[in-house]
Amino acid sequence: MKQTFDRGDGKLVLAHVIFAFAALLIGGIAGMLQGMVRSGMVTLPANIGYYELLTAHGVLMALIFTTYFIIGFLYSGVSNTLGGRLYPLTRKLGWLGYLTMSVGTIIGVVVILLGKATVLYTFYAPMKASPWFYIALALVVIGSWLSGFGIFHQYSRWRAENQGKLSPLFAFMSVVTMLMWQIATIGVAIEVVVQLIPWSFGWVDTINVVLSRTLFWYFGHPLVYFWLLPAYICWYVVIPKIIGGRIFSDSLARLSFILFLLFSIPVGFHHQLMEPGISGFWKFLQVVLTFMVIVPSLMTAFSMFATFEMNGRAKGAKGLFGWLKVLPWKDVRFFAPFMGMLVFIPAGAGGIINASNQMNAVVHNTLWVTGHFHLTVATSVALTFFGIIYWLIPTVTGRVLTPKMNKLGIIQTLIWCVGMLFMSGSMHTVGLMGDPRRTAYTTYDDHPDAVLWMPYHVAMAIGGMILFVGVILIVYNMFALMRAPKGETEYPIGQVSEESEPTPRFLERWGIWLGLAVALILFAYTIPLIDMLNNTVNSPGYVTW
Amino acid sequence: MHLHRLEKIWLTIGIGMLAVFLLVLGTMAFSMGTTTPSQHHHTIDPSEVSTTAPFDKPGLTKAGDKHFEAVMVAYAFGYEPQTLEVPAGSTVDFKVTSSDVVHGFSIVGTNVNIMVVPGEVSQISHTFDKPGEYLILCNEYCGTGHEYMKTTIVVK
Amino acid sequence: MPDIRPSTGQQPKRAGNTARRLAKEEPALKGTFVSVLLLAAFIAITWIGVFILFAARN
Repeated sequence: MKQTFDRGDGKLVLAHVIFAFAALLIGGIAGMLQGMVRSGMVTLPANIGYYELLTAHGVLMALIFTTYFIIGFLYSGVSNTLGGRLYPLTRKLGWLGYLTMSVGTIIGVVVILLGKATVLYTFYAPMKASPWFYIALALVVIGSWLSGFGIFHQYSRWRAENQGKLSPLFAFMSVVTMLMWQIATIGVAIEVVVQLIPWSFGWVDTINVVLSRTLFWYFGHPLVYFWLLPAYICWYVVIPKIIGGRIFSDSLARLSFILFLLFSIPVGFHHQLMEPGISGFWKFLQVVLTFMVIVPSLMTAFSMFATFEMNGRAKGAKGLFGWLKVLPWKDVRFFAPFMGMLVFIPAGAGGIINASNQMNAVVHNTLWVTGHFHLTVATSVALTFFGIIYWLIPTVTGRVLTPKMNKLGIIQTLIWCVGMLFMSGSMHTVGLMGDPRRTAYTTYDDHPDAVLWMPYHVAMAIGGMILFVGVILIVYNMFALMRAPKGETEYPIGQVSEESEPTPRFLERWGIWLGLAVALILFAYTIPLIDMLNNTVNSPGYVTW
Repeated sequence: MHLHRLEKIWLTIGIGMLAVFLLVLGTMAFSMGTTTPSQHHHTIDPSEVSTTAPFDKPGLTKAGDKHFEAVMVAYAFGYEPQTLEVPAGSTVDFKVTSSDVVHGFSIVGTNVNIMVVPGEVSQISHTFDKPGEYLILCNEYCGTGHEYMKTTIVVK
Repeated sequence: MPDIRPSTGQQPKRAGNTARRLAKEEPALKGTFVSVLLLAAFIAITWIGVFILFAARN
């Protein structure tokens, strides 16, 4: 018997998805313009600055598109797997979170467009933005907390009502994702509330810059895992169902998420390898911890291939790679996330290079890094999210995916991959040649090294234009899906393979995992933080734009 | 918890590879001196850079045979001193601080790629073997004129 | 045209017992193993490539 998705919950999910794609559209326009400016194709009118566009692009894409989509997606899965509907308090917290984040987003976008916060989405002090920019950020974070509390409430009440039962994998993974987010955002919340807001209002004159950067990156790296884990949820839980197979192993999937919870946070220094104020020993220690967080991704790679191979063999596929042939290549719900997985191979390899301690000097703050996260978040994660909407929107609105929409989805995926190949490919290459990221059009007085970078900037701009077509098409697809023919679409939740063993219960002993996570954070950060608090001279603020 | 035999082998290979990477990096960092920059923690009052030695007189000083010390100040949007010139084969010890916001200090074609943070003194050394005009640029966004922030070091 | 309606997950799964025969307890995952080894090779090659660049620029 098919289960109908609760309509009230559907509205909450849809509201998040629509907001996310609105942010994607505006962020996409900014992104395409940046590519054209940097390559020297166009000059912006005097009242629009390149760095304002860059700030808007980063905030809307990296913070708003991702966070809204993630919360919408997690709420849909939590509603579906934990009892078939959200408890009243969960739904209330979901809407309250949505409203809080939306107020924050609107204030933030207005302040950015007014040119009062051209500080990029990393807002490094002592560049001093309008206090309203920081308040806007705080509201987005607080809103996401409320939504996270909703998920915790749903999970704990479900467990109380279903004692002795193993929680559904989707719900377990959602709880891990939100727990990690709660722990990680404490860092940026302290930076914004304790340091930036009082300083920006002028209540204090100076700021501890090294501390603010450290708090930011304590949050900044788990942020990228906050983007990635929901994509992994789709890969682990949804994709097996879509290809008609089974989840390779429930316990290994949970174990990999626990490892992410433990190791994705105490690693922020690998973003600060080239800066003063942190000793080489502590940098290297966090590099080692960063390498630990690669392990669950190695496990995930094995699980994904194993799901595909076992599914293929069950369908009679022969030979070493025969299972590839029986995958549903013409189904966008599989194809888009699969391309995301494929792109995660170069994306992950690049990430290992970035985190390689002194080797970071080759790539730090070059376009290589921009290319890197356009593979991770803007392709692996984004394509997975795009693939999700082709079943999520029909499910929550009581509609069905049509063959025409499916085909448009395949085309959209291909456009995205081609655009990214041009853009991220040239970013990686030119980055290795030393070309800086986050820089408007310049030839550095026609320095011969910088002149060599120009053809790559043109390729980046072409890639950016192709990607913009992809943005337009995905936004069209989203609205078209909302008008698809009426019908029932089942929420695709995979079942665990018969060959896998029962899941050990200690994976849900949250006390142990939270305790370990906190212990690792204290281990990695306490001594460097004490040093920063004692041995740093504060700096006044500046408005340099 | 049960692991498939091939997954055990895979994780051993994968983790082994990561361990080799770390071993190479760790050995270079802690016994060969090829490590992350700014190993010494030097602080400075960022509001008093122009009156604090040695940053009150930014410039190049000879520290030995083919060995120089370059004291530099990064500011929005440029570097002091504006010209640097050393003979080929020279080792230059850079000491850089900022008199305003966070800046980058990257010498294209070398591994010199450091952050310059107000309140801190960044240090890095590099030996310039090949003659040429090396481009030094700011690779951390620092404001409207960020893309103009550059200087050069001439190696003869 | 692909079947884009979600499968029910109820259809008979194990078409043959090939997998069972190859390994009594564990499913045959040779293709998976070769795939992840290729992944490791890719990571190693790119890492060594940038390492060489780093060493050359020192």
